[in-house]
This record gives sequence, C-alpha cells and structure tokens, in this order.
Amino acid sequence: MSKHLKIHSLPPDLWSWRKKIEAVAIEEGLDFFETVFEIIPYDKMNEIAAYGGFPTRYPHWRFGMAYEQMAKSYAYGLSKIYELVINTDPTYAFLLEGNEVVDQKLVMAHVFGHGDFFKNNYWFSQTNRKMLDQMANHASRVRRYVELYGQSVVEEFIDVCLTLENLIDVHSPYIPQKREVKGRKVDLPEEMMGDDAAVPRMRAKEYMEEYINPSDYIEAQKRKQAEEKQKRARFPAQPERDVLAFLLHNAPLTRWQRNVLGVIRDEAYYFAPQGMTKIMNEGWASYWHARIMTQRGILDDSEIIDFADRHSGTMVMHQGRLNPYKLGLELFRDIERRWDRGQFGKAYHECEDMAARAAWDTKAMKGREKIFEVRRSHNDITFLDEFLTPEFCAEQKLFTFAHHPRANEWQIASREFAEIKKKLLAQLTNMGQPIIEVEDGDYEQRSELLLVHRHAGVDLQDDYAYATLKNLFSLWKRPVHLATKKKSKDLLISFDGKQIHLK
Amino acid sequence: MSRIKQDHSRFRQIVHGKIRKNLRQFISRGEMIGKQGNDRVKIPLPQIELPRFKFNSKDQGGVGQGEGQPGDSLGSGDQQPGQGEAGEGEGDKGLEVDVTLDELAEILGEELELPHIEPKGAKQVVTEKDRYSGIRTVGPNSLRHFRRTYKNALKRSITMGTFDARAPVVIPIRDDMRYRSWKTESSPHSNAVVIYMMDVSGSMGEEQKQIVRIESFWINTWLKSQYRGISTRYIIHDATAKEVDEHTFFHTRESGGTKISSAYEVALRMLTEEYPSSDWNIYPFHFSDGDNWSLDDTSRSIKLLSEHLIPMSNQFSYGQVKSPYGSGQFIKDLRRSFPLDSADCTLVCSEIDNRDAIMGSIKTFLKAGR
Repeated sequence: MSKHLKIHSLPPDLWSWRKKIEAVAIEEGLDFFETVFEIIPYDKMNEIAAYGGFPTRYPHWRFGMAYEQMAKSYAYGLSKIYELVINTDPTYAFLLEGNEVVDQKLVMAHVFGHGDFFKNNYWFSQTNRKMLDQMANHASRVRRYVELYGQSVVEEFIDVCLTLENLIDVHSPYIPQKREVKGRKVDLPEEMMGDDAAVPRMRAKEYMEEYINPSDYIEAQKRKQAEEKQKRARFPAQPERDVLAFLLHNAPLTRWQRNVLGVIRDEAYYFAPQGMTKIMNEGWASYWHARIMTQRGILDDSEIIDFADRHSGTMVMHQGRLNPYKLGLELFRDIERRWDRGQFGKAYHECEDMAARAAWDTKAMKGREKIFEVRRSHNDITFLDEFLTPEFCAEQKLFTFAHHPRANEWQIASREFAEIKKKLLAQLTNMGQPIIEVEDGDYEQRSELLLVHRHAGVDLQDDYAYATLKNLFSLWKRPVHLATKKKSKDLLISFDGKQIHLK
Repeated sequence: MSRIKQDHSRFRQIVHGKIRKNLRQFISRGEMIGKQGNDRVKIPLPQIELPRFKFNSKDQGGVGQGEGQPGDSLGSGDQQPGQGEAGEGEGDKGLEVDVTLDELAEILGEELELPHIEPKGAKQVVTEKDRYSGIRTVGPNSLRHFRRTYKNALKRSITMGTFDARAPVVIPIRDDMRYRSWKTESSPHSNAVVIYMMDVSGSMGEEQKQIVRIESFWINTWLKSQYRGISTRYIIHDATAKEVDEHTFFHTRESGGTKISSAYEVALRMLTEEYPSSDWNIYPFHFSDGDNWSLDDTSRSIKLLSEHLIPMSNQFSYGQVKSPYGSGQFIKDLRRSFPLDSADCTLVCSEIDNRDAIMGSIKTFLKAGR
C-alpha cells in the first residue's frame, strides 16, 4: 500500500511526463527495474545525499559533516543536487522540489539511463539490490552496540574501520570461490608418506643408484621441499588483497567489533562498482538524457534554452578537471560514430593514411548495438583501455598534468596519447586507491602484521600512512608494518604501539 | 530529532571537542584571526579528517581537459587542480569548519573555566518588545483571528438553532469577531564598552603587537558572548594618545617615547563624555611593554587610575608584553601602588612573555567574572 502511494506522489503533470519518458526509454531499448520517483525538498535531498543515498544508514558523525557541507554550499548558491538515484530494486530516484519542469524531465531521462546501467552492467551483477533493507539492519545493529557499549567506544571503533575502508579487493565478488584449497600433490611412494625428509627417487638397481638418483639432485630436492614447507607455513598462504576480510577473521576482535567491521566492509563492497564505473555510468545516463530530451519530443520548444543551460552545466570542463559526465558521454558518442562508420577492425587499424582514416565510412551502422554491448560488459578501465583513441584525445583536448616542485605549481605535462592513456588508466586502477595486501600475518614469527604496498610508480602520502598504521595497530594489537617505496627506495614503515619507525 | 540532525549535532560536538583540546595551540598560533566573518570564524581542523592509505597527490599528477600548452601553469599550491569531480559531493581538502563566535566563546569559557559576568547597573537600560499573546474582541482587521472568529460564529449559530448541518453556512457577525492582541514586554538590557589602549612606541615590535591582537580577539569574543550590545574603542599612544580604528590600532608603529598618562586621559575623557558608568559596563585594557618616560608620568598615571578609571570600570586590566627593549618597569610600579592580591582590587595585571602565555593571561583577566 505504502509503496503504491509513493509511486503516485508525483503531481499529475510530472506523473504523465514520467510515463511518457519511461515509454520512450523502453522504446529506445533501455531496460531498468521499476523506478519510483519522489519529490523532496532541498534539506531532505541534502540529508539523503549525505547518507550516500540511504537515509537508513548507521549513525556516524561524518554523515553530519557531509550534510553541513552540502547544506552550506546550497545556502550560498554554490551547488545544488538535482538528482539522486539509488541502485536498488525497485530503483528509487529523488527529484528536487521547486525545480522547473524541464529540469525534472531531464533528471527523469537521466535516471532511466542510470537504471538501465545498474541493471545490466556486469560490474553491478553482484550488488545486493535490497541494500536499503540491509543498510537498515546494519544501522539497527550499530545502534544496539551504541546502547550497550556507549557512543564514543563504538564511534571510535567505526572511525578506525573507516580509515581502512579502501583496503578491499574490488574484484573478488566476481571470482567464484576465489580460494579453493587444493590438497598438495604428493608423488611419494606410499611407504614413505608422512616422512618429511623423504625425496621421491627413481627405482634403480643398487649399483646404478648414484647414476639414476645422483646425490646432488637428492640434496637439491630436499632443499626445494624444505622451502615449500616453509611456504606452506606462510600465513596467509597467498598475499591477501582483502585486508578487511583478513582482519575480520584474524584480528583479536570482540564479537561486536567483528560485526561492525563486517558492516563497514559490506558497505564498501556495495559502493565499489559505482566507483569502478563512474565515467561509464554518468556518460551513459547523460547520453540518454540528451537523446531522449532532444530527439524524442520530450523537450518543448520553449524549454530549449533552459535545457541547453542545464546540460552544459553538467558537461562543463574546468581546466585541470576531468568531468566524468563529459568524458563518458563523448566516448560513448565516439564509439557509436565509429561503429556506425565501420571504423574498427583490422583494415581500419592498419590504415595509415590519416585522410582516409578520417573519411572512413563503410556504412556499417553498428553503433547503437555496440554501445549497448559496451555498457553491458565494461568498467571504466576497460572502457578507456579499449576505446580511447588518439583522435579522441586530441578532439577532447585531454592532457596530463604534474606537479612542478620548484615552482610549486601544477603544470600541463603532456598531450601525448600514450602518456594520457597511461595516466588515466593508472588513475582508475583500483579506483584510484593504492593496492595494499596482507603479506604476512606472522611477520618474523612474532604475530606482527606486514602489509605490502604494490608500488606502481606513485608514493604514498606519509602523514596519512602513519596515521592509518596507528589505527591498524589498534585493531591488530601487535606491531604493524607497511612495506612501500619512497623515491624509488624500499621503505618499511612500522608502528609498535608507541612510535613510528622508518627503515 | 531526525537522524541527520543527530549525526550533525554529533559532528558539531566533535568539532567543539577538537577545538577545545587544541585551544592553546589555536590561540598561540593566532590562526582564526583574519578568517573572521561577522559572527563566525573558519578554523582549519585537519585533525578531524579520517586518514587512509592514499597516494601522494604531488607524486601522482593526473589527466585534465582544456586548452593550454605543455608547461602552462594550472595553479599553484598543494591542492591538485580540480580535485573532486563534477556532481560529486566530497572532496578531500584541508578541512575547515565554521564556528560561530558564540560557540568559540563557549569553548573558551569551558576550557579556562571562566565565570559568567554579573553585569552592574544594568537595570536602567530597558528594551521594549511587543509579543502577540492573547485575543480580544476589538482590533484592526489585519489582526483578525480567522479561526477563532468562525468558531464563535459556529457556536452562536448552534445555540441559536440557525445552524443546518446539511447546508453548513456560518456567517460571523460583529460580536463574533476576534482579534489578536499583544503585550509589551520590557527586559533589562546591559551594555558594555571595551577600551583597548596600546603603547605603540618604538620598543613595541611586530610580535608584541601580534600578541596583543590575539589576546584582544579572545577577550572580545568572550565579552561579546556576555553582553548583548558591546562597543569597542581603540586608543594608541606613545608620548601622546589618540583614538583610532581597529586596523590602525594593530598596524601603527611610532618611534617616539612613552607617556602612559596620555592614553589614560583620552580614555577618561571618552568615558565621562560618552559612557556614564551608571549605564555602562566598562572594560579598559591597556597593553604596553612597561616602559614609561618619567617617574612623574608614572605617578600621574597611577593617580588617574586610582581616582578615576578604576572606580568607573568593572575592571581595569593591564597586560605587559615582554619586549627586548622595554624595561618592564610599569607593572612593578602598579604592584607597589595597588593591593593587587586583594580580592576587591579591580585592577588586574598580567605579564605576557610570549604567545604561549596568552592563554594564561586571558584567564587572569577574565577569571573574576566582573
């Protein structure tokens, strides 16, 4: 009943627009969950946005901080949240009360684009579509702990967990049974089983023994076995990228702490696909709002100027800022154009005549089909890796920038395609977070924790790393270490509970 | 209370606590001065940010979009150009939080355990305010109370038997009309004036003035929270004294000698002419490095203090800032002439050796709650 009421909470004119836009979107081939629109005032909008879309989230001050920042920037007229859409089934979307009809129409079209992406993109295939309920469960659990153990205790613990929130393995949800434990292959004859020092030998007559199984070979085998045995004793057996999971299972935590850490980890995993597909998701939604509004008769003639103003407001590029809406939209359009004109495949790629390349048109008309395929299977990294072209970079005026230490300013570094692509991909790898793994949970056989930063050319920020290590210590309760590099030299940062050591 | 209100007030509470914890540091660094709006200040509070393993942004660089040649500048500083993306709420910047001056005063009061001030002679100044608080039967149409009027009309028509539930028409007549009425409330109101006097002779250096500036900012913040209306006046002196505005007060540097009595005379004239002590709470503050030209002038100053300024004021405060050139003599003379240790003595002296001493000095000045 209440669900039913909500669907009709739109005023009649918007309701009929919603129906029309939905019909057009379906006609265009978009496929989304049932979508519930609600009109809410700006303070409610700020509130929901502060909670990351989930008004039922657990209590924590940082949501209050986000709220204050949003409320202030709204009050000063600096920014306004037009649209908020939640990846659940049904999909919930919020419209800002008091916006003009043209804004609401644009937002609806945009939302259906997001809805289609949420439902069909592979990287969202593992998300919990009933996350609203789960978040509410998380919240009530945290509230209960607050009642039992006191606000500051629980809050401090959440703070600690949040500093480690980015240490998850974003790809693990897509790998079925990631850690299959295989028994070690044993090729010892049966009578020698269980004898660790035994080495498999070839059967040989006694006088041939030294030739068939030479003693240096036997020695080498023994050494190899000993090494392997040591490896087996390693903990974790392989470096563990999901640091939160490792802590969840191995850190000396009480039950409620384990639960809270689990909550933080679950939510981090829920939001991860959105981080992995930001450019595509916004690009896709923008592609569709532009198309539905301008080419499908949704936009009234009198609204064109307002529409153009809003649209360009979203697409604006500031120097030195990469706008995911703009980049995604342009790249989708570029793909559509290229596949319409047949600018793909061996013949096109081997063509070195620039004029011929530019004029290339086989009338393949595969563009629409291609972009739907792309939105199904790609994430930001593969999207850019596969479809970014030198022509596109030049057209979009992309560049890389770097910090110039002597002038203490940021400068444009290069407009080379290879450089731009490399930087972009590096920036998107692991959602722009450093890759950090648990290397050893029994470092130096003293139950100390060793994390390794898989250094890929960019150093960590020192002060943040120190502070985070201190928090990690408060979970592990034994000295913690982080192996990284600084200025290309190996560096081991350790915290022993009292102070930071650098080695 | 809605959830976000709870989280928000928790956030404010944490900000409050962090500021309080770091108050000494904030005070001695003078960080909030200059970041001051009308009733609020911006305080840099990176302590509140949750740390995490992240890349050093200077080492990382990035990709941008737009015009320009390699080598062109995109802006300087520590922050990456265009950090945070369009449509994204968060950006990890050096965090600054807004705090109202009232909040700041509250924090100062808590940390220094300052008593609230008992205003004197305040009852004479009275403000009047109108409040709508009742209903009457006559009044202007603009104050008509629609609901009450119709309620009366309905009651009347029911008792008279003219009300027909099937055709419910209610027409108010003259007697049914009801109007809002107001009451005038008067509340006592107290005013305060703060007079800052500072020695700007050659021996007072930049650092000394900065100390005075920081200290006066905090004293002002506190006094403002204690009085509804407060006026602040500034007097500088070397061998002669004059009234100046705030900016000049902190940025003037003279090279002449020092005659403290000149400032006291200007202050006295100002007080007798504009601020009768029966209506005003008076707070003169005088900062100098303790140098005075002559013994004659010192005794003249002391006389002015004991006969006029101290009796008029709630409290007269003298802060002596240590400078490499000053002799620091004046405070000794004051100590000799006044029973500073007695509880009734409304002359309070404090020596401020360096920035770290500011907090203690503020406490010395304000702890009596006068």
